[in-house]
Amino acid sequence: MTENNELIRSSAAALAGKLAAREVTAVEVTQAHLDRIAAVDGKVNAFLHVNTEEALAVAAEVDAIRAAGGAAAEELHALAGVPIAVKDLIVTVGQPTTAGSKILEGWHSPYDATVVQRLRAAKMPILGKTNLDEFAMGSSTEHSAYGPTHNPWDLDRIPGGSGGGSAAAVAAFEAPLALGTDTGGSIRQPGAVTGTVGVKPTYGGVSRYGAIAMASSLDQIGPVSRTVLDSALLHQVIGGHDPHDSTSLPDPLEDLVAAASIGNVRGMKIGIIKELHGEGYQAGVENRFNESLELLKEAGAEIVEVSCPNFKYALGAYYLIMPSEASSNLAKFDGVRFGLRVLPEDGPMTIERVMGATRAAGFGDEVKRRIILGTYALSAGYYDAYYGSAQKVRTLIQRDFDAAFAKADVLISPTAPTTAFKLGEKLNDPLAMYLNDVATIPANMAGVPGLSLPGGLADEDGLPVGVQLLAPARQDARLYRVGAVLESLLEAQWGGPLLDKAPSLTAAPSLNDSSSADSSSAGAALSHGGSH
Amino acid sequence: MSDATLSFEEAMEKYDPVLGFEVHVELNTKTKMFSSAPNVFGDEPNTNVNEVDLGMPGVLPVVNRTAIESSIKIGLALNCKIAETCRFARKNYFYPDTPKNFQTSQYDEPIAYDGYLDIELSDGTVFRVEIERAHMEEDAGKLTHMGGAAGRIQGADYSLVDYNRSGVPLVEIVTKPIEGAGSRAPELAKAYVAAVREIVKNLGVSDARMERGNVRCDANVSLRPHGRERFGIRSETKNVNSLRAVEHAVHYEIRRHAAVLESGEPVVQETRHWHEDTRSTTSGRPKSDADDYRYFPEPDLVPIVASREWVEELRATLPEPPAARRKRLQADWGYSDLEFRDVVNAGVMDEIEETIAAGATATVARKWWMGEIVGRAKNADVDPGQLGVAPATIVELNKMVEDGKINNKMATEVLDGVLAGEGTPAEIVEKRGLAVVSDDGPLLEAIDAALAAQPGVADKIRGGKIQAIGAIVGGVMKATRGQADAGRVRELILERLGVEG
Repeated sequence: MTENNELIRSSAAALAGKLAAREVTAVEVTQAHLDRIAAVDGKVNAFLHVNTEEALAVAAEVDAIRAAGGAAAEELHALAGVPIAVKDLIVTVGQPTTAGSKILEGWHSPYDATVVQRLRAAKMPILGKTNLDEFAMGSSTEHSAYGPTHNPWDLDRIPGGSGGGSAAAVAAFEAPLALGTDTGGSIRQPGAVTGTVGVKPTYGGVSRYGAIAMASSLDQIGPVSRTVLDSALLHQVIGGHDPHDSTSLPDPLEDLVAAASIGNVRGMKIGIIKELHGEGYQAGVENRFNESLELLKEAGAEIVEVSCPNFKYALGAYYLIMPSEASSNLAKFDGVRFGLRVLPEDGPMTIERVMGATRAAGFGDEVKRRIILGTYALSAGYYDAYYGSAQKVRTLIQRDFDAAFAKADVLISPTAPTTAFKLGEKLNDPLAMYLNDVATIPANMAGVPGLSLPGGLADEDGLPVGVQLLAPARQDARLYRVGAVLESLLEAQWGGPLLDKAPSLTAAPSLNDSSSADSSSAGAALSHGGSH
Repeated sequence: MSDATLSFEEAMEKYDPVLGFEVHVELNTKTKMFSSAPNVFGDEPNTNVNEVDLGMPGVLPVVNRTAIESSIKIGLALNCKIAETCRFARKNYFYPDTPKNFQTSQYDEPIAYDGYLDIELSDGTVFRVEIERAHMEEDAGKLTHMGGAAGRIQGADYSLVDYNRSGVPLVEIVTKPIEGAGSRAPELAKAYVAAVREIVKNLGVSDARMERGNVRCDANVSLRPHGRERFGIRSETKNVNSLRAVEHAVHYEIRRHAAVLESGEPVVQETRHWHEDTRSTTSGRPKSDADDYRYFPEPDLVPIVASREWVEELRATLPEPPAARRKRLQADWGYSDLEFRDVVNAGVMDEIEETIAAGATATVARKWWMGEIVGRAKNADVDPGQLGVAPATIVELNKMVEDGKINNKMATEVLDGVLAGEGTPAEIVEKRGLAVVSDDGPLLEAIDAALAAQPGVADKIRGGKIQAIGAIVGGVMKATRGQADAGRVRELILERLGVEG
């Protein structure tokens, strides 16, 4: 078990090194993670599907190539044989894709997302598909039709959302890497509350082809990992232009791994966003944030304060644009061509009524809420006041960013206002739930890249706090440069990775960490939510 | 069931028609508007599709550059301005022929706008039709309703959907309201759609075959009392898919509207379905300007930027405009104004051009198309080009006549055989035993018999009244069942009688 433990706790970069040095085989690495999933995922529920056979086959292929040596072995990608989990919003051939929804239960995509093709080209074994809020709509993963994911730091708490499954899988050492999607913070906020790293790249930096769209102008696929360097490595696998995505940037990808290895921030200007800390932020979050600022200052960065006055409209505008686009994007789920089809129980069997019955049965409450909001916001007579005004706010937010980046190389804020809350706590209060994303949404509205990394544990609850870095569009490299430095300064302080402090999920159950208690509290939360 | 109508003359006496047209042109690009699936007509259902055309989860559209070029060319040929940047929008509505449940279409930012087209009517009058815009969109799939009556969705047991057409690039050309056509309205309607078809065909951007739906016309008609400025309430007759049908549909709708207005009832704003068999329209669904499609800019596509350089490059590739082309063709062919106008009005200019290109002279081509084929097309109630006569057939027939193998009368018989599907002209000549009798022996026998039968006529000819020869020639032709060459017969008769011709 010791050896397995070492493999699952290794970073992707370390695993890549061991694989290249042939100290370990890809099959061993993959099997260790599959064993870990078998051991802990009953408690965590990070995975909706485990892809055992294919993952081991890919690993075996990598091992065979390495063993044979020669040009093929030399051409192997650095991450070949390093396993990865994929958010179940991203389509994959050979595995189901559900988007966390009943409406796609059992559906298999006939094509691979571009990012999945790139994982396959790099010969990274795909461990399986991770849980999420239905159609990525939520901040807690409680809106999954397949039950909530539990935070490995405290199984009674939410792992963030919508990408709680990917973050929890990485935090629970079930995978060294995962893919997420971030529309308003769905990579970064789960990263913050699970003590992991998550990056939302510049809009257009990673192809969206094959990511089931929530809000097309905001969605972005990005890496989830335990270290900043690992995110950079994964970002380089998935990033770059894709002719299947018109919004994909034509620019060649920057060397992000090199940026993560620069190792200093001397002379860089780091801007604190006045509007994204202080009031409304948990004290422990604020404290850890301030400590990070001190560390960066000590490392030679210049800390400046910037103001982004229009950020206060970001959440409101986001909740008009996102549902508007979602209402249109989700129209295709109608039971005609794929997925669930429900026939009306009585009355005439018309196509409208079949579509209606299918959507009524297949979508959960949060999805319906957003479709209704968006349909309303786009309606004739309301469009200008709602969608039109929200687009203007978007322009104002972009201008705020432009002004801020004239003063600072990167911006910094807490990723989320609080640490992980209890499962069920905010399920019936959508507005409270939406407020979780107040610090992450502006980046999506402006298309700029953002990274969340662990900032320590909050004093009052001992739960992880996230620090968010933001850079100008196409300057993702700056995030990796600053992020890697801050990570090493913090880890030096902690004496190792923050996740070393997370509870062992396989130790004997303690009073606070009992699986029976978890499932009963989660069950109560769910039934409560269901009756809402 | 059928609506009341006034006579066209009566309608015109009381009312002034206002027209408007939406013409959908299917582009003949290799692939679809937003996907790499082939744009091919008539294959096995649901084979020319990929995940994008089926609206599978996660897919994204990519704009077809050739379709943009074709659209700009159409805009330029319609004398439109070309937008420097423009966007697509989503038109949201649930219907199973639209896989995403929205259509990706241009809305308030068309690629081409503010143009015009000068339409020449049959008497040479030129009528200017203002073009509001030409915008790009994607076609929907094709639904076939099974069971129930008349292939309608109402009462159908089930429906089949073929997505091969889904995503085929379309350009929709929208006119401004057309006023002042008066009683020429039906003729103008036909001439306008013919002109659009001619333009897109000459540009090479569409196969432009109306019978395949490459060019589809929605015709808006409203009436107002003479002297009133405000428009009446319009009807929109959908998918009128031949030139003749466009003319007939406008004619019919004018008569129907007039009857409704005469009865004191308001005209219902609605779509109408055209029925070729009864040459009438029936009520479709009510249509109001308040249909809410929740349009918003398509977030999956970036704006289309048409740089002025690109537009000018495309302008330089445009073929000559139809009016200039007509002028050139008339000069090349040496037709009189009247002859040429008849050719244009009969809709056989392209066919004559193709026939000349295949090797016929201008005179021969006109003789065949105007003298033989147009009439047959009229009887068959189809456009002449659709009758099934290939230019090569005409060339072959003409050569047979020139070589003296058959005469003109036989040639028309052979043409009928070709149209009846009996084979090539050569095969039909053989099969039907049609050949000019060129051996003088049997001819001389027949001539002697004819002269003997009409000795009085023979004397007249001998006496110098050569015009009397027709009676003898006719007798010979009758005896040879028309297989003799009448010219040769005449020569032989004169020779026999020792008279100089």
